[in-house]
Amino acid sequence: MARVADAIVLDDVHKRYRGRRALDGLDLTVGRGTVHAVLGPNGAGKTTAVRILSTLLRPDGGRAEVVGFDVRSEAGEVRRRIGLLGQHAALDEQLGGRQNLEMFGRLHHLGARRAGVRADGLLARFGLADTGRKPVKEYSGGMRRRLDLAASLITDPEVLFLDEPTTGLDPRGRAEVWSSVRSLVGGGTTVLLTTQYLEEADQLADRISLIDGGRVVADGTADTLKARVGGDRIDVVVRDASQLESAAALLTDGAVLDADRRLIGAPAGDRMATLTRAVRALQEAGIEADDIAVRRPTLDEVFMALTGMDAEVAA
Amino acid sequence: MSAIGTRAGTGAAGWVLADSWTMTRRELAHWARQPVRIVVGLAFPVMLLLMFTYLVGGGRGVDGDHAEFLVPGMLALTMAFGLEATMLAVTQDLTKGVIDRFRAMPMFSGSVLVGRSVADMLQSVAALAVMTGVGYAVGWRWHNGLTAALGAVGLLLLLRFAMLWTGIQLAMVAGRPEMVQAVQILVWPVGFLSNVFAAPESMPGRLGAVVEWNPMSATVTAVRGLFGNPGGSGGSWAAAHAELLAVAWPVALIAVFFPLAVRRFARIGG
Repeated sequence: MARVADAIVLDDVHKRYRGRRALDGLDLTVGRGTVHAVLGPNGAGKTTAVRILSTLLRPDGGRAEVVGFDVRSEAGEVRRRIGLLGQHAALDEQLGGRQNLEMFGRLHHLGARRAGVRADGLLARFGLADTGRKPVKEYSGGMRRRLDLAASLITDPEVLFLDEPTTGLDPRGRAEVWSSVRSLVGGGTTVLLTTQYLEEADQLADRISLIDGGRVVADGTADTLKARVGGDRIDVVVRDASQLESAAALLTDGAVLDADRRLIGAPAGDRMATLTRAVRALQEAGIEADDIAVRRPTLDEVFMALTGMDAEVAA
Repeated sequence: MSAIGTRAGTGAAGWVLADSWTMTRRELAHWARQPVRIVVGLAFPVMLLLMFTYLVGGGRGVDGDHAEFLVPGMLALTMAFGLEATMLAVTQDLTKGVIDRFRAMPMFSGSVLVGRSVADMLQSVAALAVMTGVGYAVGWRWHNGLTAALGAVGLLLLLRFAMLWTGIQLAMVAGRPEMVQAVQILVWPVGFLSNVFAAPESMPGRLGAVVEWNPMSATVTAVRGLFGNPGGSGGSWAAAHAELLAVAWPVALIAVFFPLAVRRFARIGG
C-alpha cells in the first residue's frame, strides 16, 4: 500500500555508467495516476533513469523512490508494484506467447491457475489469442511489442515504465500502443514514458521533463513548455517556390525558410494582427499562398530553444 | 492498489522452490520446442565413443577390452565438456532482454541459475543413460554390483555439477557468446591431457604427473575402480587416492564458483 502521494520521486540522482556520467543530479516527481514523459536525445540519460527506477541499476547517489519505496533498500516492494516495457523485447523468444505470460504470472506469484487465467485474458485483450501458441521469434514487430506490453501488465502494476515504447514501430503499431497507454491511464495506472518523439510526449503526457546531459533542463505541461519558447508562430506555404524570398521579406523579421516545403515560418507576436497583415501584404504583392496559419510553437522548437540542439539531429 | 493481488500464505522459502521450478519448466519447454537439439546433443558423445572405440582403438590393435577401458573415460569426458554447453546457454540467456524482466520481478533471482542447473543435470543423466547403453552394446560391463556402479554415476554427476557452476561463472565473466569459443579451445587440452585415452605410465615423466593430477583423471580412475574396469593404476599419491580426489576436486570447484556465480548474477547490470 502507498505511503506517499507521489508515484515516483527522483531527488538529485547521480549515476556513472560505462565510464560516462549518465545521470548528473536528475530530479523528477510524478504524481499518482498521471502520465509523465521524459523527453531527450539519445544519451540524455532516459534509459538509465528508467533502469534505476525499475531496480535494474543501482544509483550512485541521491534518492529514488517508487510509491514511497526506496529502489535500493526495498527493491522487492518496488518490483511487486511496477511493470516495465524496455526498449528491447523482454520475452523468451523460444517460448509461445501464452507460455511467456503464464511464466511471468507464476514468477509474480499469482499461482499456477490464476497465472493461466491472467495470460488468456491479456492475450485476448491485445489481440494475440490466436497466436498464443506460436513461438515469439515468429511474431511480427508489432505483435512482439503488444505481447511485451501485456507482460508488463501481468499484475496490473501501480506504476508502468515505458522506455521508448514505439521506437521501431510503424504508424499503425504506434497508434496501437498509444491507445493502450490511454486506456491504462483511465484505470489509474501511473505511467512514466521516455521518448525521442516530441509528438508522442505531446499526445500522451500530462507533464513533460526535457532532459539533456543527465539532468532536467525544463519541466512542465506541453503548453507551459511551448510558452517558454516565446510567442506564437506564423506559417506560410507559397504556391510558387521562386517567390519564397520576396514573400519572406513581407513578413516579420526572423523568418525561417524551408525551400522543399515552400514554407516560411516566422514569429507572430500578435496573433490576429500578424495574420491580417500577412494576408494583406501577400495579396498586394500578388503572391499566391496555399496555406497560412498561426500556431503555438511545436515541442521540436521548444527542444531546440532549451537545449541548443536539434532534436531530430540529436536523435 | 493492484487489482491482481499476489497469492498470500506461502513463505519466502516456498517461493524459492516455486520460482526455481518455474524456471526449470522454462528450460524443459525449450527442449520440447527444439527436440532436434536434444537428439544432436546426445548423439555427439555417442559418436565420439564409437569413433574412439572402433577407429582409434582398432588402429591401436587393442583387443575387446578396449571398450572396458574407454567407456568410463568417455563418460567423464562428456561430463567435463558439459562446461561448454552450460557456458553457451548462460551467455545466450544473458544477452536476451528477458533477463531484464526477470530481474525487475519480485521473484527469487537465483531461480534463473537453479533452472539452468536442474535442466543441465537432467540432460547429463540422459546422456549417461544413453552412453552406458551404447557402451553395453560395444562390450563394456560393470563388474562390482549395482551399488558401486551407482557410486560411479554419482561421481560423474558430481564432476558435471562442478563444471556447471564453473561454466556459469565463466559465462558471466566472459559475457559474450564469442568468448565461449576461446574457452571451448581450452577445454579440449584439459579433457585430453588425462587418462581417458591412455595410461599416465605410458607418458613421459612430467606429462604423466600433470595427467595424474588432472581432476578429470581422478574421476576416471575412481569410476573405473567402481565399475571394475581395467586402467593404469599408476604409482603416485594422486592415483592411489583417486576416489578422495574425485570428490575433493569437484567439491572445491563448487565451493569456489557457486558463491561467486550467485553473487555475480545478483549484481548483473551494475
